[in-house]
Amino acid sequence: MAGYEICFEPDDRYNAFLTTCKKVTYGPGKLTGVAVAVKDNISTKGIETTCASKILKGYIPPYNAHVVELLMQSGAAIVGKTNMDEFGMGTTTENSAFGPTLNPCDTSRVPGGSSGGSAAAIAGGMVRMALGTDTGGSIRCPAAFCGIVGLKPTYGRVSRYGLIAYANSLEQIGPMGRTVTDVSTLMGVIAGYDRRDSTSYNKPYTHTPRADIKGLKVGIPGEYFGAGVDPKVATVVNSAIGRLEELGATTVPCSIPSMEYALAAYYVTCTCEASSNLARFDGVRYGPAADTKKSWHDAYREVRRAGFGTEVRRRIMLGTFALSSGYYGKYYAKAQVARENVKRDFARIFSEVDVIAGPTMPTVAFKLGEKSDPLSMYLSDILTVPVNLAGIPAISVPCGKVEGMPIGLQIMGRPFEDERVIDVAYAYEQEVT
Amino acid sequence: MTENQVIIGLEVHCQLDTKSKLFCGCSTDYRSDGPNTHVCPVCLGLPGAMPVLNKRSIEYAMRVAKALNCTVLHESEFSRKNYFYPDLDKAYQITQYDKPLAEGGYIEIEGDEGGEKRIRLTRIHVEEDPGRLVHMGNTERGKYSLVDYNRAGIPLIEIVSEPDMRSPKEARKFLNKLRATLEYLSVFDSEKEGSLRVDANISIRGSERVEVKNISSYKGVEKALTFEITRQKSLIRRGQKVDRETRHFLEASGSTQSSRSKEQEHDYRYFPEPDLRPLHVQSWVDGIVLPELPDARRERFIVQYGCSLNHARTLTGELRLANFYEKVVAPDPKGLSALAATWIADTLIGELNYRDMTIDAVDAAGVTELMNLLRQDTITDKSGIDVLRVMLDQRLNPQPCETPAAIVVRLNLAKTAGDTGFLTAAVEEAISQHPTALEDYRNGKSGAINFLMGQVMKKTRGKADPGELNRILTEALKNREV
Amino acid sequence: MVTEHEVNHIAELADVGINTGELGTFTHQFNAILEYFDTLDQVRGEQAFTRDLCNVLREDVVEPSLSQEDVLRNAAAQEDGFIKAPRVM
Repeated sequence: MAGYEICFEPDDRYNAFLTTCKKVTYGPGKLTGVAVAVKDNISTKGIETTCASKILKGYIPPYNAHVVELLMQSGAAIVGKTNMDEFGMGTTTENSAFGPTLNPCDTSRVPGGSSGGSAAAIAGGMVRMALGTDTGGSIRCPAAFCGIVGLKPTYGRVSRYGLIAYANSLEQIGPMGRTVTDVSTLMGVIAGYDRRDSTSYNKPYTHTPRADIKGLKVGIPGEYFGAGVDPKVATVVNSAIGRLEELGATTVPCSIPSMEYALAAYYVTCTCEASSNLARFDGVRYGPAADTKKSWHDAYREVRRAGFGTEVRRRIMLGTFALSSGYYGKYYAKAQVARENVKRDFARIFSEVDVIAGPTMPTVAFKLGEKSDPLSMYLSDILTVPVNLAGIPAISVPCGKVEGMPIGLQIMGRPFEDERVIDVAYAYEQEVT
Repeated sequence: MTENQVIIGLEVHCQLDTKSKLFCGCSTDYRSDGPNTHVCPVCLGLPGAMPVLNKRSIEYAMRVAKALNCTVLHESEFSRKNYFYPDLDKAYQITQYDKPLAEGGYIEIEGDEGGEKRIRLTRIHVEEDPGRLVHMGNTERGKYSLVDYNRAGIPLIEIVSEPDMRSPKEARKFLNKLRATLEYLSVFDSEKEGSLRVDANISIRGSERVEVKNISSYKGVEKALTFEITRQKSLIRRGQKVDRETRHFLEASGSTQSSRSKEQEHDYRYFPEPDLRPLHVQSWVDGIVLPELPDARRERFIVQYGCSLNHARTLTGELRLANFYEKVVAPDPKGLSALAATWIADTLIGELNYRDMTIDAVDAAGVTELMNLLRQDTITDKSGIDVLRVMLDQRLNPQPCETPAAIVVRLNLAKTAGDTGFLTAAVEEAISQHPTALEDYRNGKSGAINFLMGQVMKKTRGKADPGELNRILTEALKNREV
Repeated sequence: MVTEHEVNHIAELADVGINTGELGTFTHQFNAILEYFDTLDQVRGEQAFTRDLCNVLREDVVEPSLSQEDVLRNAAAQEDGFIKAPRVM
């Protein structure tokens, strides 16, 4: 790496970063010298990577995630690791073992989650772009709550190698930025085939955003404007869709009947996978020491009780239960059929429309501490999880405000049509700025 | 149904002899290296690492499936088997569960009741080996475990049989046949320590089934099964119940021990491994060209070399042994095949076992030369054994090895053919030194001749031709009858 | 409905410690969440979720491993190149 260097000493009043790198060297390339923040569940060689969990406190990965290698090859300066809900389990970034991140738009509110640190680092002007991860909305939700842009790519388009798994079959690393152009640029750096990720597709991203959406057919699912969605949010999003129509798009009402059980299917799938993924944190190979004088179950139980937060233990137990003898068929197996139904609903709609549009989140950013009941927090993911279940791309782009807080317009696309959702978001962004 | 009938089924785990591990590029050649030196983010279970399936491991497993007459399934997939144990880096083992690579098939063995017997197979699947605990710790010493993850991720094939075996002997034959087949397929190296592990299901008809785990040697299987059968039969004889349970085999004592009840509560919570894609490889089966397998080679040895069925079975029962035999007889198949079959099957194997040597350590050219010396009548059979022993002992030591001919010369083992003067002298000496033997002979005790022959043999250190000696001795004794 | 006893069993199975003070709360929340999960009972159809990729394989090629130092670096305790773990007997 060539010897350029930048200093990074931000005023991190929002607790966006868990680790900052004060002096960063970088090389030439498409992103040369651009400060990029990386969510703390993405492995960075030599830089502590904790997933905002005490159980990984002090863990220094001996290898880089594929996307981190690509960032470095592009000349980006990786300036720090951002705060998040522990292991990605949350919608507020309050579930961090190292304190919550605050929303730069209103510090009494959450930035959304789980990639809240990345969103706040951008919204707070500390970096131009950042990497987040999206398992059930974890890029789009904080993008919406903080008034920035975030893309959840098509499943398989960005390598997950080095991403500390929460729910492998649902999650993707994706770009976040102040503008659609920044998100598109970052996507161009991180997308592409990686032989170390068996779910990786050879679909590089070489697109430059185009604002022309004449003739575009936009599906408007009734479920995204119904019960549970704040009418003020619905109004703002509807008027944003109106702007798309002014740009030459036509809207088509549609319906996603499987939305009824999509959220349950999502939580069953992600907790099942998480219960297995997080079993390896036992204090033997990394993390805080297990007491080796005890027998293994006792030692592990102690380390894991002390190391995992309440929400993480709750999800591990839920997943363990849902996979346990006698319940697999009722929960996991059913959730996989539900997933297929969601995928088919989208496929059916996409045979008639080019993209689907709706709000990213049903409300504006919550007040800190507002979502104390786990189920009510889960329910706020209802509009983002269908995309993860189906593996399709979706972007959140700012589209106005309610009570002074930003609202996100969510554009969902066909598999591997990340370019198209970028274009629609870009067209909207160009129209309103 | 026969009362007290023994019912045995085996689950055999064999390490596939690939160059790299099942899900990462770490070398499988770890045995001579230090702990934790063949480990990467994937096989150490570091957060964020992802498995990528080794193609050769699937090709090897499919070769086995085809050779054992199994059906490769249209779709198979990998699942996670979740449990905690310090040697299991990810706290789950990637294995195959409800969609194994192949199902069905059989292995033919020589059954206890004579004739070929088919042992049916349930399934074949591929999975990863866990790491290795080198120091288990125990309560008395309040110690800890030490883990080496070099073995973690080595590809294993698991072959599950139906409960078709009726004795430990049949189980041994099943294992031998399986091992031979895997070696003939060049997918397995039985010489590598710990490359085979067996779990056995065993019951006495009408009673509960017991699973014996942790059997890690061929000899251990027969021992463990024999122990279990005795244990179960004696329980039944005393009117007690056999518990359905898992027991561990203790290699040192040759016994089995009940596992703690806690371990029996396993709920493995299998689900498909989301980081791997399914396999659709059924169409590869037709393209697999199998080499000559043990049964075919056995038949060929009988036809081509005139081996007896038993010799052919022994010689082809191990790939290395079969190759060795063919190498020994290659220079002169017609002249050497019968002699070499006898010598290798009946003598050499025993001598190797006695020294805990493998056939790899033996020089085939040397054995060919030895066979020629025997065939040309240069040395007696007894001298032949001596020469063979010297050859093997020299292989065990760092000293330079001699050729058989050199050994014959050095030890003066060449037959005394034609040198009747020497023999006559030795006979005369023996008779005069043992007047009682002569007396016995005169009194018609036939053992006297054997005694005197032994004395002469001793004097001549075995190089006397027994036929020649017998002729001279009989003559000499006759001359003294009057 | 799951009972506190079942929640405790699940915690054991998952090796996550659970404080007696937490058990009631967890059980209460579990029941609310599991009741919500029951919406899956409405799911119709047989086909489970699928993706089109299959036979993703790598060639059997040896690649460098980590150094022993890197392997042991994050381990809490080690001895002679081995990683220390709790006892198993």
